[in-house]
Amino acid sequence: MSYVGGEYDVVVIGAGHAGCEAALAAARMGCSTLLLTLSLDTIAYMPCNPSIGGPAKGHVVREIDALGGEMGKVIDKTHIQMRMLNTGKGPAVYALRAQADKFLYQQEMKKTIEEQPNLSLHQGMVEELIIEAGVAKGVITRTGARYHAKAVVLTTGTYLRGKVIVGDLAYESGPNNQQPSVNLALHLMDLGFDMVRFKTGTPPRINKRTIDTSQMEIQPGDDEPRAFSYETTSYIMDQMPCWLTYTNDDTHTYIRDNLHRAPMYSGVIEGTGPRYCPSIEDKIVRFADKGRHQIFIEPEGRSTEEMYVQGLSTSLPEDVQLNILRTIKGLEKTEMMRTGYAIEYDAIVPTQLWPSLESKPVPHLFTAGQINGTSGYEEAAGQGIMAGINAARKAQGKDPVILDRSQAYIGVLIDDLVTKGTNEPYRLLTSRAEYRLLLRHDNADMRLTPIGYDIGLIPEERYHRFTAKKEAVQLEIKRLHEVKVKPTEEVQAILREMGTPEINNAVELAQLIKRPELGYDEIAKMSAPPEPLMKDTAEQVEIQLKFEGYIKKSLQQVEKMKKIEEKHIPSWVDYAKIAGISSEAREKLQQVQPISLGQASRISGVNPADISILMVYIEQSGKVYTIDE
Amino acid sequence: METDTITAVATPPGEGGIAVIRVSGSDAVGKVSQIYKGKNNLRDVSSHTVHYGYMVHPETSERIDEVLVTVMRAPRTFTREDVVEISCHGGMVPVKEILEALQTIGIRMAEPGEFTKRAFLNGRIDLSQAEAVIDLIRAKTDRAAKVALTQHEGKLSHLIQKLRSEILETLAHLAVNVDYPEYDAEEMTSQYVMERCSYIEGEIERLLQTAKQGKIYREGIATVIVGRPNVGKSSLMNALTQENKAIVTDIPGTTRDVIEEYVNVRGIPLRLLDTAGIRETEDIVEKMGVERSQQELTRADLVLWVLSHVEGLTEDDKRLMEQMKQNQVIVIVNKTDLPRELDLDELKRLIGERPLITTSMKEDRGLDDLERAIESLFQLGRVELHEGAYVSNARHIHLLKTAKQSVGEVKMGIEAGMPLDMVEIDMKNAWQSLGEVIGDAVAEDLIDQIFANFCLGK
Repeated sequence: MSYVGGEYDVVVIGAGHAGCEAALAAARMGCSTLLLTLSLDTIAYMPCNPSIGGPAKGHVVREIDALGGEMGKVIDKTHIQMRMLNTGKGPAVYALRAQADKFLYQQEMKKTIEEQPNLSLHQGMVEELIIEAGVAKGVITRTGARYHAKAVVLTTGTYLRGKVIVGDLAYESGPNNQQPSVNLALHLMDLGFDMVRFKTGTPPRINKRTIDTSQMEIQPGDDEPRAFSYETTSYIMDQMPCWLTYTNDDTHTYIRDNLHRAPMYSGVIEGTGPRYCPSIEDKIVRFADKGRHQIFIEPEGRSTEEMYVQGLSTSLPEDVQLNILRTIKGLEKTEMMRTGYAIEYDAIVPTQLWPSLESKPVPHLFTAGQINGTSGYEEAAGQGIMAGINAARKAQGKDPVILDRSQAYIGVLIDDLVTKGTNEPYRLLTSRAEYRLLLRHDNADMRLTPIGYDIGLIPEERYHRFTAKKEAVQLEIKRLHEVKVKPTEEVQAILREMGTPEINNAVELAQLIKRPELGYDEIAKMSAPPEPLMKDTAEQVEIQLKFEGYIKKSLQQVEKMKKIEEKHIPSWVDYAKIAGISSEAREKLQQVQPISLGQASRISGVNPADISILMVYIEQSGKVYTIDE
Repeated sequence: METDTITAVATPPGEGGIAVIRVSGSDAVGKVSQIYKGKNNLRDVSSHTVHYGYMVHPETSERIDEVLVTVMRAPRTFTREDVVEISCHGGMVPVKEILEALQTIGIRMAEPGEFTKRAFLNGRIDLSQAEAVIDLIRAKTDRAAKVALTQHEGKLSHLIQKLRSEILETLAHLAVNVDYPEYDAEEMTSQYVMERCSYIEGEIERLLQTAKQGKIYREGIATVIVGRPNVGKSSLMNALTQENKAIVTDIPGTTRDVIEEYVNVRGIPLRLLDTAGIRETEDIVEKMGVERSQQELTRADLVLWVLSHVEGLTEDDKRLMEQMKQNQVIVIVNKTDLPRELDLDELKRLIGERPLITTSMKEDRGLDDLERAIESLFQLGRVELHEGAYVSNARHIHLLKTAKQSVGEVKMGIEAGMPLDMVEIDMKNAWQSLGEVIGDAVAEDLIDQIFANFCLGK
């Protein structure tokens, strides 16, 4: 028996990091939205590491916030520690990372969703999509509820045909013994989706009471207040430390002796695992010459003694896991609370998606997160907000919003996925971004807040604050170009103090700030602005001037690529009819259906010669077309 | 995109025993079969087979020539299109007639380099290979052909790949430092990057040095013969061209029939400028005398200055020497079979360190010395092809210079105290410019490199 459960603009399936952002975005854009989840107790659940951020990932959190998303705000309220990483390097790679209180994080996100107007939250397992004339029109749950919608967002994480593996034990399960979603996976295959099988894993958890932290290096948070969200004004200063220890020869010998019991090597696991997140047994085999591996012990929250053992992801049998733990310094007497495991799951081949994250086989169906072959909470959330935005715009009959590679890490992530696909769970890295210098942690608002405002995710009042900051930055940069300081005793004293040569003539402040030894504070001391600058305004001014040359170079590269990025590939292009392109390129082009020559040029297997031919073909055919008219 | 069918003569012009006419295009086999008569219809034969028969006139069906026809079907051909090669008898007449017949049935004469272009567009060869093929076609001497050949076989590509992987390693290391700040990989230091950059800069410079030699091989050493009337310029030129056989002659384009001749001296290509001028003026009234135009001297890589053994130095000679101050000059004292009037000491004072050769063109003496002098001057014999790769085209040179500049900017950035992840942009630029030489710049390489070399993960 089935019944009509409701009519919505957008239905989101799954309330993980992707689903939460998608649902919130759609609702905030004025769409009546339903968020369905297998369990109301696992909203925004972190089944693996208790942390958010880091290089590239932290950038994504900032971008989500700049667009009007939620992740940054929630972690700002629920972290137990924050650190800015890479501070010894350039500002483009500064990266904020928070250790989360997993439980508080979930509660906070759940509450935000519950309080959001236009958004309904409901527990239920979706087994089928409602398809009419090939188009997604809603979903049907196991209990027979039919929810109709103009657009559907699928964010099923690792639940699709999930299978947990520990040693020689394997059973169907979602993460952390949640229910897997089997029928939906089969249904997607019926709808014509190509699926791949991926694998990921998580380390064991231990009880803090049973470890000796005096044997480990302490890893405290920063003293300086930090926040992901541009909106955050109150900071948590009561922080908890993490701890660093190492594996040793005993650990490695013991693992080697028990390799035959590892499912990776006995053939139980068929899915492809990520290279950047190998299990400890993998590390020992692949990097046999490395004498020790780092192990970080991280609290899972304030209200628990449970600790996460970062660096020890494994699917070895339970008894082996415990023995491995006890070879490690400080863990000799540890008690294991949860066993590490590997999990296999179905993902769709992401080249079946348009850059809007709408699926090609089933229009009006959007997918985001691990179902698209990524890994990581931040990657999921970044796709989630875009899928939510574009599902809402679909429901409202508007064009999709597509971030390009020079605008956001989220743009890099989605372009990589839909253009190149991935043969392992995809993780963002700063090195995947060719315009890294433009995609900084500090300027996410400059890049994306205007977009967030245009699509209705950034409220008026926040936007005003943003434009005021932007103007203040421009004004101060202009001032520093106009004001010259003379070699007065006061100025020379500051220069001497900072260990940089004194000046002989009057020097423009915009020039002086380029010296590595000087920052904005010193410049302001030499010549103060009419009104003192806010901290993040001053930071913008400093970065934009200090690294002007490099930023310009990056902008030139963007400009250079623009020609082919903007060269639209018309939908009438029939790759089967283009003689001269290699058969591999033809197959890939047919599959990906790139929207621009730029996107086409990034498809692996499509070489520059193919692009030349494609360009010639489009231009020639275009001419013929005009003549016909 | 259907390709039309094109044709060109693949063998050098002139009277060879055999000439090869190449036809390429989607309908190459069908078209050629219309004017071929043999045991089999070419449409039915299997790929990469040779057939004996006749080319016939498309209208009159008269036999034009006895031929061997090779049928090669796509994609295993030079252009990756269907290709037919017609081997006919050499000489202008049969070649010309067959070409006309081919054009009658709708085959177009290829534009210069069009076969190569198609090969490139069809993904048969990469850019640097395509350009090397073009150079191959233009190669003027055996050795130039060898340079073009090694590049074609990817020697340059190989060297550039090597340099790129050097850069890639550094980039990957930098990336690991950035993306995994807590991972216990050694932190890349400015000093280390500086050292890598100096090394890479030096390697690129070495490649650029070979560009000079590459140019000499391809274009020949621009050579001018100067001297007063009747000293033996014409004899010298004849001796050079006859003994060494001019490889390319008849370059039209001016009012004169012949303005340049190519000779191969011990593997070194000389391009003799204004040879017509010498031939005319030597016999008729010498108008220009020793005053060769200044313009010609500036064009010259090498000046052969011929003096007569029987005449003393004049003011004209001194003036000429003054004009040639910037040139590589070999001084040749000819007519040593006749009594000496020339003051050799005075001459030596005038020419300084420049090589001095004595010859008697009449008695065929001294020419060996001259050849040796040319060889040692350009030292090509010694450079050989031991490095295997020469950069020999303008695009490559430009890209290499760009890459070198980028590496220089990395060093400047480091000196200015910029963080490594900033100067990395210039290093990536260098890597990309080098990639463009071989038509290949894939960012995915970097990601693979990172995970292959570092043990990362949670």
